[in-house]
Amino acid sequence: MSVTKPGVRAKRRTRDEVPDGQFLRVKQRLTSRGATIAAIVIATLWTIPTFGLFVSSFRPADEIRTTGWWNVFVRPSFSLENYADVLFASGASSANLGSYFVNSLVIAIPATLFPIAIATMAAYGFAWIKFRGSGALFVLIFALQIVPLQMALIPLLQIFSGTLGISGTFPAVWIAHTIFALPLCIFLLHNFIAEIPREVIEAARVDGANHTQIFFQLILPLSMPALASIGIFQFLWVWNDLLVALVFSGGTVEVAPLTQRLAELVGNFGRNAERLPAAAFISLIVPLIVFFSLQRFFVRGLLAGSTKG
Amino acid sequence: MPEKALIMVVGLVAFVAVVGLILFLADRAPKRGRDVFQLLAFIAPALVLLAVGLIYPAIRTTFTAFTDRQGEFIGIDNFVWMFTQPTIITTLVNTLIWVALVPLISTGVGLAYAIFIDKSAGEKFLKALVFMPMAISFVGAGIIWRFVYEYRAEGFEQIGILNQLLVWCGAEPQQFLINSPFNTLFLIVVMVWIQTGFAMVLLSAAIKGVPIEIVEAAKLDGANPWQQFVNVTVPAIRGTLIVVVTTITIATLKVFDIVRTMTGGQFDTSVIANEMYTQAFNRGEFGQGSALAVVLFIMVMPIVIYNVRSMRKQREIR
Repeated sequence: MSVTKPGVRAKRRTRDEVPDGQFLRVKQRLTSRGATIAAIVIATLWTIPTFGLFVSSFRPADEIRTTGWWNVFVRPSFSLENYADVLFASGASSANLGSYFVNSLVIAIPATLFPIAIATMAAYGFAWIKFRGSGALFVLIFALQIVPLQMALIPLLQIFSGTLGISGTFPAVWIAHTIFALPLCIFLLHNFIAEIPREVIEAARVDGANHTQIFFQLILPLSMPALASIGIFQFLWVWNDLLVALVFSGGTVEVAPLTQRLAELVGNFGRNAERLPAAAFISLIVPLIVFFSLQRFFVRGLLAGSTKG
Repeated sequence: MPEKALIMVVGLVAFVAVVGLILFLADRAPKRGRDVFQLLAFIAPALVLLAVGLIYPAIRTTFTAFTDRQGEFIGIDNFVWMFTQPTIITTLVNTLIWVALVPLISTGVGLAYAIFIDKSAGEKFLKALVFMPMAISFVGAGIIWRFVYEYRAEGFEQIGILNQLLVWCGAEPQQFLINSPFNTLFLIVVMVWIQTGFAMVLLSAAIKGVPIEIVEAAKLDGANPWQQFVNVTVPAIRGTLIVVVTTITIATLKVFDIVRTMTGGQFDTSVIANEMYTQAFNRGEFGQGSALAVVLFIMVMPIVIYNVRSMRKQREIR
C-alpha cells in the first residue's frame, strides 16, 4: 500500500489549510493532471451543443440550412433577421413568438405565486397549529408528490372542460400548475417554517397574536429566502413545462406558451430549420437570465429540496 | 397583448381577494372554535385543491384504466393489450433502458466532475457550464440536440456537428434519431446532459461537507486517493447519493418532452409518458392511456415508499 508522494502531500497540505481548520474540503484527485483534462473535456462536451445553437441563431437563414455553425470561424457572417422573423413576422405560417412569449409570462407569474401562497399557508398550518392527524396528513401530502402528473391529466381535463368550462384558458393552466406544485412546495416550506425558533412564535402568542397575525407578521418575512428559492424553481418549472401546457392550454396562440410553439415548430424541422435556433434562444433567455443572476438562490433551493427529501 | 396582461392582473387580484377573505374571516371568527376556523383557513385551500385535482383524478384514472373507449368495464384488457402489443412492449422496454442508464451515467459523471473540479481555479464557472442545461426546458434541449444530430446524406455538407465529426474521421454520416435501437441511446444522452448538472451540484455540496478529520485519519492509515474516495467519501455522501439517484430516476420515469420534441415517439423511441399522451390525447383512447399512467405510477411507487420512509426517519431524529 503505497502512500502518496511526499511532494504532492506537502503541496496538498498547504492548499488544504483553512483558518479554523475544522472542516476542510475533501480533496480526492486521483491524478491531478488527468482530472483537469477530464474536467475540461466534460465541460467542453456539455457546452458545445448550446454554443453551436447560439452561434447558429445569428447566422443568415440560407447558411443555417446548408452549412454547419462552425463555418463562422472560417467565413463569419451574421444577421439578426432570424430573431426579427420569429418574433415579429405576421402571417399564418409565422412563428409568432412575440405572442407566445407574452403567454408564457401570463402563465408563469400567477402559476408561481398561487401555489407558493397556498403552500406557505398550509406549511404554517402543519408546522405550528396542533391538531389530531397532522402528522399522517402531512405524510400523505408528501407521498402525493410523486403521484405522476399523468395520473391526473385526463380527469382534471374533464373537470375543466365539463363542470367548470375553463379548458383552454389561462385560469385552467394556472390551476393545473398550482395543484401539481403543491405537494413539493408544502413539503419544502414546511421544512423551513418548522425550523423557526419556537420562542419567536410563543412570544407573539403571549402578546395575544392569533394565527393570521403571526402568519403575516412573522412567518412571511422570515420565510422570504425560502420563498425566493422555491419561487425561482417553480417559475422555471412552469416556464419550461410542455406537458401541462399541451393538455390544458388548448394550443392556441391566445393561451399556449413558448414551449408548445417550439414543439410545433420542431415537429416540422425541415421547414423551420432556420427559425429554430433563434426561436429556441428566445425561450431560453429567461431561464438563463434567472439562472445566472440568481444562481445562489437557485442552488440553495435545489439543496433544500433534495438533501431533506 | 393588453388583454392578456389584464387577464393576469384580474387573476392575481381575484386570488388575493379570495385568500385575503378566507384569512380575514378566520381572523374575525367567533371565539368559540376559533382554532378550528383558523386551522381550516390555513390548510383547507391546499387540501381541497389536492383532493379535487390530484387524489380524485388519480382514483378516477385507476378506474378508467379498466374501461374501453366507450367507458365500458373491460377488466384487465388494457393491461393485456399493453403487454401483447409489440409497439407498447418496445415502449416499456425503452422506459426500462432509460431508467437503467440515466441515473447511473448522470450521477457517475456528475460525481466525477464534482471531484475533478473541487477547489480548482474557476470552480464556480466550471460548475455553471455543466449546470446550465438544468435551467433550460427539455424542449429547448431537444432543439439544441436536434441540431447536433442533424443528418445530411453522404456527399452533402453536414450541418450537425456529430455527423461532421464522423465525416472528418472518414466514416459515413448516421441518422442518429431514426436508426433503431441506438436512437434511444441518443435521446438518453440529452437527458444525461440535463441531469448531470443536478447531480454534480448536489454531490459537490455533499463532498465539501465531509469532515476533514475522517479524511486525515484515512490518509494517516495510508489510504491512497482512490481508497479514500471509496472508503471515506462515498460512505460519507451516501445519503446525498441516494437522493440524487432517486430524484433522477423519478424524473426519468416521467420523461416526456425530450421524446416528444425529438422523435415524437416514432422509430421505436417511445416511452411510457409519451405513449400515455399519444393514446389518451391524440387517439382518444382514454382507457389505454389511463392504463399506461397506472403502470407509470406502479413503477414510481417503490421509490415513493422509500422516500416516505427516509423522511419519517428524519422526523424521528428531530
